[in-house]
Amino acid sequence: MTVMQHVWIVLGVLFVLLNIAAGLIWVERRMLAMWQDRLGPNRAGPLGILIVLADTLKLFFKEDWVPPFADKWVFIFAPAVVVGSVLMSFVIIPFTPQIIVADLNVGILFFLAMSSLGVYSIVLGGWASNNKYSLLGAMRGASQMIAYEVFMGLSLMGVVMLTGSFKLGDIVNAQKDMWFVIKQPVALIIFFIAGIAETHRLPFDIPEAESELVAGYHSEYSGMKFGMFFIGEYLGITLISAVTVTMFFGGWLGWSFLPPWAWFFLKTFAFILFFILLRASLPRPRYDQLMETGWKILLPLALLNLMITGAVALLIRG
Amino acid sequence: MSDAFAILDLLQQNFGADTFIQQSTVDDIPTLWLPKEKIISVTTYLKTNIPQPFNLLYDLCGMDERDRSGKEKLPVKDFTVIYHLFSFERNSFIRLKVGLQGEYPSLPSITGVFKNANWYEREVYDMFGIKFEGHPHLQRILMPLTWQGHPLRKEHPARATEIGPYRLVNETIDREQDALQFKPEEWGMQRESDDADFMFLNIGPQHPGTHGVLRIVLQLDGEDIVDAVPEIGFHHRGAEKMGERQSWHTYIPYTDRIDYLGGVMNNLAYLLAVEKMAGITVPDRVKVIRVMLCELFRISSHLVWFGTFAQDVGQLSPVFYMFTDREKVFDIIEAVCGGRMHPNWFRIGGVAQDLPKGWDALVRDFVEYFPKKIKEYTNMVIRNSLFKGRTKGIGIYTLEEAIEWGVTGPGLRACGYEWDFRKKQPYSGYEMFDFDIPTAQHGDCFDRAVVRVEELWQSLRIVKQCLENMPEGSYKADHHLTTPPLKKYTMQDIETLITHFLNVSWGPVIPAGEAMSCIEATKGANSYYLVSDGNTSSYRTRIRTPSFPHMQMLPFVSKGYTVADLLSILGSVDFVLADIDR
Repeated sequence: MTVMQHVWIVLGVLFVLLNIAAGLIWVERRMLAMWQDRLGPNRAGPLGILIVLADTLKLFFKEDWVPPFADKWVFIFAPAVVVGSVLMSFVIIPFTPQIIVADLNVGILFFLAMSSLGVYSIVLGGWASNNKYSLLGAMRGASQMIAYEVFMGLSLMGVVMLTGSFKLGDIVNAQKDMWFVIKQPVALIIFFIAGIAETHRLPFDIPEAESELVAGYHSEYSGMKFGMFFIGEYLGITLISAVTVTMFFGGWLGWSFLPPWAWFFLKTFAFILFFILLRASLPRPRYDQLMETGWKILLPLALLNLMITGAVALLIRG
Repeated sequence: MSDAFAILDLLQQNFGADTFIQQSTVDDIPTLWLPKEKIISVTTYLKTNIPQPFNLLYDLCGMDERDRSGKEKLPVKDFTVIYHLFSFERNSFIRLKVGLQGEYPSLPSITGVFKNANWYEREVYDMFGIKFEGHPHLQRILMPLTWQGHPLRKEHPARATEIGPYRLVNETIDREQDALQFKPEEWGMQRESDDADFMFLNIGPQHPGTHGVLRIVLQLDGEDIVDAVPEIGFHHRGAEKMGERQSWHTYIPYTDRIDYLGGVMNNLAYLLAVEKMAGITVPDRVKVIRVMLCELFRISSHLVWFGTFAQDVGQLSPVFYMFTDREKVFDIIEAVCGGRMHPNWFRIGGVAQDLPKGWDALVRDFVEYFPKKIKEYTNMVIRNSLFKGRTKGIGIYTLEEAIEWGVTGPGLRACGYEWDFRKKQPYSGYEMFDFDIPTAQHGDCFDRAVVRVEELWQSLRIVKQCLENMPEGSYKADHHLTTPPLKKYTMQDIETLITHFLNVSWGPVIPAGEAMSCIEATKGANSYYLVSDGNTSSYRTRIRTPSFPHMQMLPFVSKGYTVADLLSILGSVDFVLADIDR
C-alpha cells in the first residue's frame, strides 16, 4: 500500500468512528426510549436524528469553564486522555482484511495497554476537579478499572492460545471454520463483563453513579471537555463491541452476499445495542460487591478457563 | 375507651392526686396537665414502669395560649407543650400537657427518655422560643438559622405583607451563606481519628438522590459513613401557621400539599379531627368514597416510591413504567375529583360532589388491569438479584429501635410488627373492609420494599370491595356545619338562611374543643391535632407527619454503611420533603 492509502485509511477510520460515536447519542436515546415506553428525541430532523447536531452545537457553544479551585492543566488534559487512548486502540482493529490501520504483531497487548491508559483520564479528571464527589468517583473508577483489566487480559489469552498469535488479523482468519465463541464461551462472558466495567456503563457506572455521586468524576466538567468524556464513553462501547466481534464472532467473516465491512458493522452494532439494553434493564451493584465479584469469581474463572484451554490445546497438538 | 382511662388512676396513685389536672376532650384521649418538674419522671414512668407501657413518643408540639378565648376554664398559662404518647399494647394514646409561664419559658428536655424527642423539641424551640434544658443540641430546625422571631407565636406575622419588603443585599447573602456552612465541631464531630482524616460530604439541598430539597452532611471515612446530619426545613411553608388564618373549610387544600403524594388522604386526616369536634357523623357512602380515593392515592404514592427506589439503586426503566400506571390511577382520580395530585375534594361532613356517572367502569378497568402489572414489577425489581444485593441486610433496625425512634407505617411493619391504624383503630369505615396487614421480618431495605409491594395488593383489594359494595345515599352529612352547607331549607326559613349565609361567607364555626385524628397514611401515621376556641379558624393546627421521625432516624440507620447504601436507605424510607417540613 502506498503512503497515501495509509493516510486515507487513518482519516477514514477516524471520520467513521467519530461519527458513530456521535450517532450513538441518538441511537442510545431512541432505543432507551423505546424500551422505556416513551418517545425520546423526535423533534429535530427525521426521527429526531438531528439531535446529534443540536447536542454537539450545544456542547461547543457552552462556556468552556475551568473551576477556579481546579488544577487547571491537568483538568484540561484529562478528557483528552480518554478519547486519545480509545482512538489509539482502534489502530489494531481489522474492519476488513484491507482496512486496518496497523496489524501489529502484539495487537491484543496493544489494545490492553491502551485501554488501561483510559483510567488516567478518570483519576486525573477526578483529582484535578478538586471536588469531593469527583474524588470519590475517581477512586471508585481507578480500583474498578484496574481490577477488571487483570482478567480482561486473561480472558483473551485463551483465544490467543488457540490461534497462536496476538495479531488480530490472524485471529479473525483462524475463525473461518468456527467462531471462537463456541470454543471459548466463558472467556466471552468474562471479557464482556470486564468490558462493561472498563467503559463504566450501567450496571457498572459506579464512578459516575448519578443518584449517589451526582456525576462522579466529571461533575465539574462542562462544554466540550465534558463532551470529550461523553464521546470517549461511546467510543469505548464501540471499541469493546468491535473487539468482542473480532475475538469471538469472526470479525468481518460472513456470507458473501454482504461485503466484509457490512458484516463487521452489523455484528458490532448488535453488541452496541446489547450495551444499551443492559443500561435499560439492570440496577447497579455496590462498589464493594463489584470488586468482590471481580476478584473472587471472575478472576479465578478466567484463570481456570486459561488452564483448561491450555491443557486441551496441548492434548490436541499432542 | 374506658380502658384508656385506667392509666389515670395508676398515675394518680404514683404521683399524688394533686399532681395532675384532667381535661376532657372530644377525641376521648386521656388528657392530663402536669407541672414541668414532673415531666421527665412521668414520661419515664409511662415508658418503663408500667405493664403495657406507652413506648412511643407519637408527637410533641407547642402551643401559644396567650390569645386563646375561653382559656379561663382551663389550667393554661402562656404556653403549653403537649406530649402525645402511644401504647401499642393498650392501643391507646395519652396526652400530657405542661403549662408554662413567661415570654420565653423553659422546661426539662425528655431526650433522655425518648430519642425521637430531639427533633420535636428543636421544632418547638424554633416555632415558639421555648427552651428545653438538657437538650443536646437545641438549634433551629425548620427555619433558617438567621431567622428573627419564632413563627408560631401569635405575635409573629403570618403573611409577607405584614413584614415589609424583602431586600437581598450582599451582606444578607454572605450572612445566609455563612449560616449554611457546616461546622462539625458544633455537632460534636471530630475532623480526624487516630488513623484517618474524615471527609465531610455535603449531599444536597440539590442532589439527584435526595428526592427533594434535603441536605445531609456525611462524615466519611473513605466511603464508610461515620455519622450523618440531615438538615431539613428547605421545604417549610408554614402549613401550621396558615391553619390559624384560614377558615376551617378553606384550609382543606393546604392539607393536600403536606404529603403531596398522598392527595386526599391528607384531607381525611384533617377532616376526621374537624368532624370529631363538630360532632358530625358521615353517611356510609361518604365513608366508602373516601376510602376508595385514599386507597387509590396509596397505590399512586407507592408507585412513585417503587419507581424512584429502583432508580436510586441504578435501575433506570421501572420509574417510567410505574409513572405510566400512576397516570392510569390519576385518570380515575381526575374523573372523580377534577384534580390530579391535589384534588382538594373532601369536605367537612362529606365530599365535594357525588361520584360521576361511569366511575365504576373506570375503576373496574383498573382493578382488572393492575394485578398483572404488580407481578411484572415484582419480577423486574424485587426479584432481581442485583437489587437484592443492594437492599438485603442494609439499613437494618429492630422493632425496639423502630418504636424508640417513632417509626410508623411500612417501616414498622417491615420489623415484623403487625400494626396498622386502619385495622387497630378503624376510621372512616375501614372496619367494614376485608384486607390483610403485610409484614416482613428483618427490618432492612428489602423488607420495607416487600411490605410496600404487598400493600399495593391490599389496596387493590380494598378498592375492589368499594367498587362492589358502594352504598347508596348522600355524599354529604345532614349537619349544619358541613361545607359547603346544604341548601335544602335555605329558601324556606330565615334561621337556615342565616346559617347558610354565615357558613358560606365566614365558614363554619367549629365548637371549642380539642381533637386529634390518626390515620394510616401512605408513609405512616399521620395526625392532625386541632384546637378550636370557638372561632371560624383553628386556634392551633398541629400536623404530625410520619416522615419527620423517619428522617430523624437516618443518622442512626446509616452509620457504618457506605454512601451507596445511604441511597438505598433513603429510597426505602419513602419520605416526602413536604411531609417532613410542612
